[in-house]
Amino acid sequence: MTVPFLEISGLTKRFGGLTAVDGLGFKVEHGAIHGLIGPNGAGKTTTFNMISGFYKPTAGQVRLRGEEISGLKMYEVARRGVVRTFQHSTLFAELTVLENALVGTHMSFRPNVFAAIIGWDAEDRRGARGRAEEALDFFGLLGHAHERAGDLPHGHQRALGMAVAMAAHPDVMLLDEPFTGMNPEETNRMMALMFKLRDSGVTILIVEHDMHAVMGLCDRITVMNFGRFLTEGVPQEIRTHPDVIKAYLGGVRHVA
Amino acid sequence: MRNRALHIIGWPALAAALIALPYGLSFSQQEVLVFLTINVLLVASYRLLTLTGEWSLGHVVIMGVGAYASALYTKELGIYVPISMILGACTAALVAMLLSFPLFRMKGFYFLIGSFAAGEIIRLLWKRFRDPFGGPKGIKKIDPMPDFDIGIYSFDFFEPISYYYLALVVVGICLWIMWRIERSPVGLTFHAVHWQDKLAEAAGVNVRAYRTLAFVIASGFAGLSGALLAHYIGTVNPNSFDIEMMVFVLTWAIVGGTATFYGPIIGAIVLTILNEVVLREMGFEQMRPLIYGLLLICSVLFLPKGLESVVQKVLARRNGSGAAAAGEEQA
Ligand SMILES: Nc1ncnc2c1ncn2[C@@H]1O[C@H](COP(=O)(O)OP(=O)(O)OP(=O)(O)O)[C@@H](O)[C@H]1O
Ligand SMILES: [Mg+2]
Repeated sequence: MTVPFLEISGLTKRFGGLTAVDGLGFKVEHGAIHGLIGPNGAGKTTTFNMISGFYKPTAGQVRLRGEEISGLKMYEVARRGVVRTFQHSTLFAELTVLENALVGTHMSFRPNVFAAIIGWDAEDRRGARGRAEEALDFFGLLGHAHERAGDLPHGHQRALGMAVAMAAHPDVMLLDEPFTGMNPEETNRMMALMFKLRDSGVTILIVEHDMHAVMGLCDRITVMNFGRFLTEGVPQEIRTHPDVIKAYLGGVRHVA
Repeated sequence: MRNRALHIIGWPALAAALIALPYGLSFSQQEVLVFLTINVLLVASYRLLTLTGEWSLGHVVIMGVGAYASALYTKELGIYVPISMILGACTAALVAMLLSFPLFRMKGFYFLIGSFAAGEIIRLLWKRFRDPFGGPKGIKKIDPMPDFDIGIYSFDFFEPISYYYLALVVVGICLWIMWRIERSPVGLTFHAVHWQDKLAEAAGVNVRAYRTLAFVIASGFAGLSGALLAHYIGTVNPNSFDIEMMVFVLTWAIVGGTATFYGPIIGAIVLTILNEVVLREMGFEQMRPLIYGLLLICSVLFLPKGLESVVQKVLARRNGSGAAAAGEEQA
């Protein structure tokens, strides 16, 4: 038996009396695009926060290639290859687009104060810049490299968030609602980029409300409701699953 | 092209002006010039500390740590003054490193208060322990910088001019190092930690380590400024590094603005000139804290982005007209 690539088991988070995530478990295969969906407030972002080390789980584990990563700090999780984006456009708004992407290269080109003062890090700086520009180019942002990130239109800001994550060359990317604020055309283009990213070997775990995107992208989908695991399957099964339809009809949004 | 020319002409011109400067000043003004040079280092190091977004109220005390340490190394251990200054700076950095463990459990307002408390504890230790810190009276008769001769100029460190040149070289090198740090990937990471520590951490940045790094480097430079001060005035005591001095540093930084490297330096220079030329000449010296307070409020109200924003506007206009002129030439 092989070890699952990313395995979540019994994951639980309580905020005081509220149980936001309750014994959640699922597995993500290497090289897959895996969807995590559910009505508003189902606990998707909280799950991401626990996988990425932003929150410590109240109970349960997250394992990457069999190694437990839950309870590690966020930068330690990132250094093991799991990099996330944030639900709201979280960017270095005051920095330029290129500088944002450069921060993403932090792990590969670890800055060093002494080298920086003497000027012995020229090669690293070139490498980091190349990597950052590559990530910007991938998301079509290279033309905006010297603009202030906070001045970008919303869709571009979402793309930049992903470019920052991609510049880190992660093994797993956690994307929290990457398509919000994008028009259908941008969404389609972004979906094509996700496939490209997946084909380059990145495993993607994605939370998204845009059902057209989720159904089109994902190899497998896990559905959660009120913090609990509801069901899991390929998009075709999820689309027609009675429990899923009921959960969404009870909630705010509808399955497309 | 313009930029290259500016570098080739600008820096030597500035250096020449700074070298010639003391000859146009009276003896007491020359003394003020020495203090100003040292304070430029202090306030520039303070800005380095604020790059990661944390404002400390202990920075002047850290400067004092450098001053006390360097004074004691020469007095008690007989270490050669220039070496002891560097050791003093290292001591300040080390103390900052130790303080960072409790302090960086806190953020924002709590860090501010925590840093103040830590500074007061250090000052209390200076007052409490006569041996070796000399109690409330501090340390007197600190060894001066030994005189030396470099052929074209012989340094006599009882003369403010000589000490000014020494301070100028030391501070110049320090500013250059800080500038290099800020423009490097390390500096970018400091900014990233400031603007969005969560996102920085998601990109693998050890936020706490970078906050500590900025704090330690800034403290080292502050310590060096303290050592420069100690061997110039020859005496240090706990009151030279009290909260009033810290308020002056804050005022320089805020009035000058902290968005640019030069903002706090401009703040220190302009307010020192104002202080010396206006207040002292007019006999208002006693009211310095009051007037600084007023200035602080006025600058927050009327110039929230600091004096640096004025400089930026002037530069932008000049560059704009320069570009327009270049366009006309082409046409
Ligand atoms: N830091 C917190 N403190 C207290 N309660 C929280 C916290 N974060 C989330 N919650 C609660 O946990 C539940 C799950 O929230 P979460 O943000 O994970 O949902 P979500 O599935 O991401 O929803 P959405 O689709 O709206 O983004 C909600 O009821 C929310 O109010
Ligand atoms: Mg959410």
